[in-house]
Amino acid sequence: MSTRHRLLSLLVENHPGVLNKVSSMIRRRGMNITSLTVGETDDDSVSRMTIAIDVGRAQADQAVKQLYKLIEVVKISDITEDPIVDRELVLVKVAASRGDRSELLQIVEIFKAKIADVGTESMVLEMSGSEDQVETFLELVRPFGIREVARSGTVAMARGRDGLRLSSKHQGRGAGQQPDLEAADQKRRAAGVLVGD
Amino acid sequence: MTVQVTSTTALNGATPVVINEGDVVTGAEILLECLRREKVDTIFGYPGGANLWIYRHLPKFPDLHHILVRHEQGATHMADGYARAKRGTAGVVFATSGPGALNCVTGIATAQYDSTPLVVITGQVATVAVGTDAFQESDVIGVTMSIVKHSYLVQDIDSLPRIVREAFHIATTGRPGVVVIDLPKDIQNQKHAFHWPAEPVRLRSYNPTTKGNPLQIRRAAQLIDEAKRPCLLAGRGVLISQAEDELLELSRRASIPVGWTLLGTGTYPVGDELSLHMVGFMGAGYTNKSVLGCDLLIMVGMRADDRVTTKIDSFAPQVENIIHIDIDPAEIGKNVRPTLPIVGDARHVLGEIAKLVQPKRLDSWITQIDRWKEEHPIRYRTKTGVLQPQDVLKEMYRLCDSEAIVVADVGQNQIWGALWWDYRTSGLYLNSGGAGTMGFAFPASLGVKRARPEKTVWCVAGEGGFVMTMQELATAVHENLDVKIVILNNYCLGMVRQFQDDYYEGVRSAIDLHGAPDFLKLADAYGIPAWRTDRVDEVAGVLRSMQEHPGPCLAEFIIDPEANVRPIVPLGSGLPDFVEEIMEEGM
Repeated sequence: MSTRHRLLSLLVENHPGVLNKVSSMIRRRGMNITSLTVGETDDDSVSRMTIAIDVGRAQADQAVKQLYKLIEVVKISDITEDPIVDRELVLVKVAASRGDRSELLQIVEIFKAKIADVGTESMVLEMSGSEDQVETFLELVRPFGIREVARSGTVAMARGRDGLRLSSKHQGRGAGQQPDLEAADQKRRAAGVLVGD
Repeated sequence: MTVQVTSTTALNGATPVVINEGDVVTGAEILLECLRREKVDTIFGYPGGANLWIYRHLPKFPDLHHILVRHEQGATHMADGYARAKRGTAGVVFATSGPGALNCVTGIATAQYDSTPLVVITGQVATVAVGTDAFQESDVIGVTMSIVKHSYLVQDIDSLPRIVREAFHIATTGRPGVVVIDLPKDIQNQKHAFHWPAEPVRLRSYNPTTKGNPLQIRRAAQLIDEAKRPCLLAGRGVLISQAEDELLELSRRASIPVGWTLLGTGTYPVGDELSLHMVGFMGAGYTNKSVLGCDLLIMVGMRADDRVTTKIDSFAPQVENIIHIDIDPAEIGKNVRPTLPIVGDARHVLGEIAKLVQPKRLDSWITQIDRWKEEHPIRYRTKTGVLQPQDVLKEMYRLCDSEAIVVADVGQNQIWGALWWDYRTSGLYLNSGGAGTMGFAFPASLGVKRARPEKTVWCVAGEGGFVMTMQELATAVHENLDVKIVILNNYCLGMVRQFQDDYYEGVRSAIDLHGAPDFLKLADAYGIPAWRTDRVDEVAGVLRSMQEHPGPCLAEFIIDPEANVRPIVPLGSGLPDFVEEIMEEGM
C-alpha cells in the first residue's frame, strides 16, 4: 500500500443511506477515496466498511473524527499502521491465444491465482492478495493483453486476537429503524445461525 | 369587500384530546402527542400539501402553540432564535414537502453551523410516490445531508415515536445540532396504536463524551498553575453548556484574562479587570495582543476557525502551551494543534479545573494587559453632523443595562454590535457567526421573544439584511412579538463596500441599496410605530420611545455610509497585523 494511503475500518449501522453519508462526508472534506468496500458482518444489523483514502495521517485523523460524528457510524479505526491482513480480489480478462497460454499459466501458478473462465481467445483469471500483490500480478499479465479488469477493493482486518467488534460500550439499539442487536441475535440463535459468542 | 376568515381554533375538530398508551390514532396525532411529551410549547411552521394531516389535528393540541410564519426560512431562523434563547431546548419547525422543505435549507445550515438544536419536521409525498419526481417532491434528506446532525425518513408508522424521541435526544445532547424528520403524508393519516417509548434513549453509535478525562483536567490545572501569562478564549460552547459561572470562577481564581469569539460574546462580563474582548479578524487589538503575548492559551467551546485565527500560522505561534476544550473531538486539532486536548462539556471541565487550580494573582501580566487596553482601545471616529453606527449602539446598550437580549444580523452591524457589547454580567448576543446568514436577525429575534417573553429583545440589522426576511413583520404583528428593530441604514452593503474599498482594488460594485423601502411607511403598513433619524442628539429619545412601546416597533437610523469596521486584520494577513481606526487630530 502506498505511503499516501490511509486505511480505515468502520462498523456502521446496516441502514439504507449510510454508505452515501460516509462517502459524502469524505468528499466534503476534500479527500479522495481510492477504494471502498462494504458488506454485512456476522451481525446483520452491522455492516463493515474498509476505506482507503488518499491523504496523510493528520487528514486521516480528521476524517476519522468527522466520520465518528455520523450517528450511524458505530466504530472506526485507522488501521494503516496496525499489523493487518488485507486482501483484494481481481478478475482480469487476458487475451490468450494458444501459444501464450503456458507462460500465462506459470504466472497463475506463482500467484496462486485461478482460471475462472476459458474462451478460445481469452481467459478470465481470478486472483486475490494484498493490493501490492494484485498490482504486481496485473503488471505481469499486462504484456499478454488485458481486455478487462474488475477489482473488488480492499478488505482488511487486524491480525491476532483483537479486532473491530462491538463492545459492551455499544449497548442500546442502532439509530433509526433497525431492530436492536439482542433481538437480532435471539432471532438468529433461534434459527441456529449464531454459533458461540 | 372584506372576507372574514374564521380562526382555526373555532373550527370543528379542535376539541383538545388526550392520547393514551394503546389508543389507535393517526400518524399525525402520534407525532403531535410525541411533541407534547417532549415538552414542546412552540412550533414555527407553514402548512402545505404534504403536511396537511398534521395541521388537521394540530388544533386539538392547544399546548403546542403554532406560529404561522410568512416564509419557511423565517420558521427555521425563529426556531433557531428560540432555541438559542431558551438554551437546552430544541426549536421545532413544520414545513411541507418540496419548496417548503427547500426553503428551510439556509435556516437549517445557519442553526447547524452554530450548534443550535432544531427538530425540523417536513412533510413528504406519499410513500408510494417517493422517488417518482411527484408534485412537490424533493429529496430533503439528500439535500440537507451535509448540514444536519442527523436525519430520518419515516418509513413505517411503528417507528415514529422512537424517531421523534431519538431526534430530540440527538439534537439537544453532545454538540447540539439539527435533526430533520421527513414524514410522508400517507403515514400522517395511517392509523396505529400509540406507544410511547418511555425509557431513555440509548444509541450504541452515539455516546457523546461530556465529562472530561480527569488526568487531562489535572494536567490542565498544572499548566495553569505554571503559567505566567495565561489567556482564555471562550466560544459559543460556553454559552451552550451554561458555563459562565464556572468560567468566571476559574478566571478569577487563577488570574486568567478572558476574551471571546464572536459567538462567545456575552460569556464574560465586560469591564472586569480580567476581561478582554472579541478576538480575531475584527477583534479588539488588546485581545489579539494578549493571545499573541500569552504563554498559555486556553480555548473553550470554540472551533478556532479562520475568522478567529486569521492566517493560521500567525495565530499564537510562540505560545508554549495550548489547551483546547470542546465537546466535539473533531474540532480539537482541526485548525490549531493543542498541546493538551480535553474532550468534554465546557461546564464540567471548567468547573473541575477551577477546583484544582491554585489561587493566584498575576499582577505584571494584568498590568501588561492594561497597557494594551490603553494602547489599543476599541474606538470610533466621530464626524460632525454625521450619525455613526456606534452612537446608536452605545446608547442602545446603555438602555439594555446588561439585561436585554440582542440579536444581530450579518455584516458591519454584527461586528459593531459585538465590539460595543458592554454587559457587566453574562448575557446573550445572538447572531449567525458560522454561516453568516443575512436576514437571520429579525426572524430569530421573534423566536427569542417567544422563548424569553420577560426580556427586552433588540434586533440590530442593516437595511440589506433586514429586507431579506422582512415579510416576518406580519408574524411579529400577528403574534404581537415585542421586538425592537434597529435598522442601521447606510444605503449600501456596508461590509461589502468596505472590502471592495480596501481589498478589491477600490471598485465599488453592486452595493448601492438606494431604493430600499421607506421604512416608516413599511412599518405603517403593518400598523407598528416607527421612527427615523440621522441626528445624534435624537438617538436617545428614539431608543427610549422604542423601549417604552409595548409591542413590535422599528427605528431607522441613517448612518455614515463611509463608516468602517475597525480594527480589522487585512485579508491574507495575520493576527499581529490588525489595522486600527485612524483618529483625526484632536480626538
